[in-house]
Amino acid sequence: MSAREHILAAVRRNVPRPAIPLPDIPSPFPLTQGKRESVLASFRNQLEVMGGKSLEVADGAAAQAKVRELFPGAKVICSAVPELPGTRRVEDVRDPHELHDVDVGVIRSPLGVAEAGAVWLTQGELVVNALGVLAQHLVVLLDPAAVVATMHDAYERIQLAASPYGVFMAGPSATGDIEGVIIHGAQGTRSLTVLFFRRGTS
Amino acid sequence: MTRAVDPEGRAERFIALEEHEATHDRLVWGMRQHRDQAVAAVPEWEQLRELASQIKEHTLTHLDQYLEQFEQNATKLGTQVHWARDAEEHNAVVYNILQSHGAKSLIKSKSMLQEECGLTPYLQKRSIEVTESDLGERIQQLSNEPPSHIVVPAIHKLRSDVAELFAKELGTDPTNTDPHYLTESMRNNARPRFLAADAGMTGANFAVAETGGFVVCTNEGNADIGASVPPLHVASIGIEKLIPRVRDLAIFIRMLSRSALGWPITQYTSHFHGPRRGGELHVVLVDNTRSERLGSPDFWHALKCIRCGACMNTCPVYRRGGGLSYGATYSGPIGVILDPGFDLRKYRELPFHSSLCGSCTEVCPVKIDISEQIYKWRRVVVGNGLLTITKRVGMTALGATLSHSTLFHAAESVGETALKILPRAVLYNPFNPWGKHREMPTVPRQTFRQWYLENRRKP
Amino acid sequence: MKIGLFVPCYIDALFPETGIATLELLEKLGCEVAYPAEQTCCGQPMANSGCQEDAAGAEAHFVRCFQDFDTVVGPSASCVNHIRYNLDAIEQTPETRKVRTVTRELIEFLHDDLKVTAFPWAMFPHKVGLHNSCSAVRKLGHVRPSELVYQPHFSKTEDLLKHVQGVELIEIDRPDDCCGFGGSFCVTDEAVSAKMGYDRVQDFHRHGAEYIASADMSCLLHMKGVIDRLKLPMKVIHLAQIFNGGPL
Repeated sequence: MSAREHILAAVRRNVPRPAIPLPDIPSPFPLTQGKRESVLASFRNQLEVMGGKSLEVADGAAAQAKVRELFPGAKVICSAVPELPGTRRVEDVRDPHELHDVDVGVIRSPLGVAEAGAVWLTQGELVVNALGVLAQHLVVLLDPAAVVATMHDAYERIQLAASPYGVFMAGPSATGDIEGVIIHGAQGTRSLTVLFFRRGTS
Repeated sequence: MTRAVDPEGRAERFIALEEHEATHDRLVWGMRQHRDQAVAAVPEWEQLRELASQIKEHTLTHLDQYLEQFEQNATKLGTQVHWARDAEEHNAVVYNILQSHGAKSLIKSKSMLQEECGLTPYLQKRSIEVTESDLGERIQQLSNEPPSHIVVPAIHKLRSDVAELFAKELGTDPTNTDPHYLTESMRNNARPRFLAADAGMTGANFAVAETGGFVVCTNEGNADIGASVPPLHVASIGIEKLIPRVRDLAIFIRMLSRSALGWPITQYTSHFHGPRRGGELHVVLVDNTRSERLGSPDFWHALKCIRCGACMNTCPVYRRGGGLSYGATYSGPIGVILDPGFDLRKYRELPFHSSLCGSCTEVCPVKIDISEQIYKWRRVVVGNGLLTITKRVGMTALGATLSHSTLFHAAESVGETALKILPRAVLYNPFNPWGKHREMPTVPRQTFRQWYLENRRKP
Repeated sequence: MKIGLFVPCYIDALFPETGIATLELLEKLGCEVAYPAEQTCCGQPMANSGCQEDAAGAEAHFVRCFQDFDTVVGPSASCVNHIRYNLDAIEQTPETRKVRTVTRELIEFLHDDLKVTAFPWAMFPHKVGLHNSCSAVRKLGHVRPSELVYQPHFSKTEDLLKHVQGVELIEIDRPDDCCGFGGSFCVTDEAVSAKMGYDRVQDFHRHGAEYIASADMSCLLHMKGVIDRLKLPMKVIHLAQIFNGGPL
């Protein structure tokens, strides 16, 4: 008997009875607190709590200028966003290891989640997944209209299985492993900056 | 005969390190307080808890169906699914996968299951270099210690301990105890290893049957590095990690990090559905006593655990004695109810390493009756004849005395006489643990019963 | 209504004043109270160690002593918790079931059953640190457990203390962190138990408590041991004594 058959047989033998039914999850999920601030304001506040930053920019040119302003010393800016060309296009990357020297990664996110202060990124946007974790700094472009309130809303919107990799990124990489002191830039990105401007604005 | 872990002795030694114990208690209680604040901001928390508990109970009572559904959907996505009955088989399967790809170096992100299976020493014996990518786990790896906490594995260490360790292992400045400096040093030390690794290994917090994908929650993004840089990604998943649908995932993701550290989610909530572009993805579904526990009416609810660590944060015993006092993969209250299931002889003392305060049951996001299970495990230990001799004899004598009023009253007079007349040096001796840190109670003139008979008994 | 008075074993032996206060208080409130003098113990110490066989004798004896009462009242949340939820080392006869159902802990009896709104004879002009035991908080529902932050605060013990003149309740940092008694735990896990006791006692002391008051004498026994070793200027007292106006 294969391990698979063995395990499934053991599970079938031992499943507790009575069986419990799958509960209904109401949609939309009833939140009992009234939100006084807008979803966007909520997102910006929570992102800041998680160690990230957010700024508004008018268009692609303004975003480009902002990146230069925020990271004046950056030598390698790898962009996955056509409106914001960096020094290297992620489409030209053959192997994730090539991204080891990236100072700033630029990506567009299709969705933000206010309760988490998180942006959603998939292989579709990243092109090379490692861009999200090997770049020293990340700049994420987000349409302010693409922010939802809760994780319930987010999971309903995204096509989870459509991409091999998808991450809710809430701020930069962090750790509290040494005496509980929160440090940003543990193993992944040192900073996460969200630039708000609508997609399609050139 | 497996040597039993002595949690009381270990705890005593940790408590003797005053600065360590005080810092540990303060930091861990701090995590409980952060959890309280985060939960207070979610008024629908109890509803989420109830749903989370029911979803898990539903899944576990239909586990075979969900395992098959997961395997089917994962395979459709191009994921290679393996099965392992126990720790040995898990390690062999993983080694096989690595070997067949010529992988000689591995970066691992935090996985309690891999710790449970003893994967790292197994691979190292077979000349595979293993680097823990999570900072806390790496600290523990370099210290030759298991993790002391599910979420913050090195929380029992002071920054000075880490500075000393890094000076020895990484060549950092031993006098610089700044956590920023130490973290940056580890970042620079680990990064080349990540870039050179042949394979990345992760665990999984949740496996979604509906899609055939799984979710890994980290704060450092180390799982993402392991999955996105090397061409081979292997994930070990305990069979109890299954949940039915994507919409169920929302409930758990909302509760996990709030319960753990008081944040709404971890910095990285990473979902894997099939191999990445240019890579390969393997999943090992592991039983290792889980199907057996499923068949236990008293203890199967422990399988609902989502590994948030809230129970250990609130536990007064864990906070004082430290996570290493449990001597097992899982520490704190969840450890007390899981570990004896792996080895009853070795962990027979753990159920007594608790004051049964019940706080763990209250904070558990999936409503595991942890405290009640701790109480039941005591009966199992006794029922298997594993109670230590001193406890056994003490309880039998006590039980006999308290069954009969004459015996009880006689014992009262003897006890009270002893307390009254014995000199301090005799009363407070090494065999009297009470007296080590406490004064003995003073003796009243009469018992209640004597007072009642004297003053109230009708003639 | 004739009440059977349950005096826990350690109260009988070490803190008779708590038993006396409970008896006198119930009588002052108009109850007819009988005390079965043959009682010993509810079985909790043995049961909490997992020793069901050793607990059976005491549990059976307990049922025998109280089976003819329609109400049993005892001044100990941990004992009543055991009786209500864990007295199962013996056969669950109708008598056993009855005793398990009708046994009431003193605070819940005063607050929920008698609905007491005054203790006119009682005065206690002191700073009081209220210690609700883990059994009281998480098993018998005396107080909202601090973990359930989303529930509105309630406290039966505070409600009752409001009726005692002069009581000044102080607040502490960790309202319901376990004191560390835990039954035989206090000697089998001595270092942890003592540290827990020290921390709790210091929390009360830091906030100026003159008395630590509780519905559980077992917790107070442990904390008193620590207080006396540390020579701190605090006393312990059972709530029954405060409500009764003595004995001290």
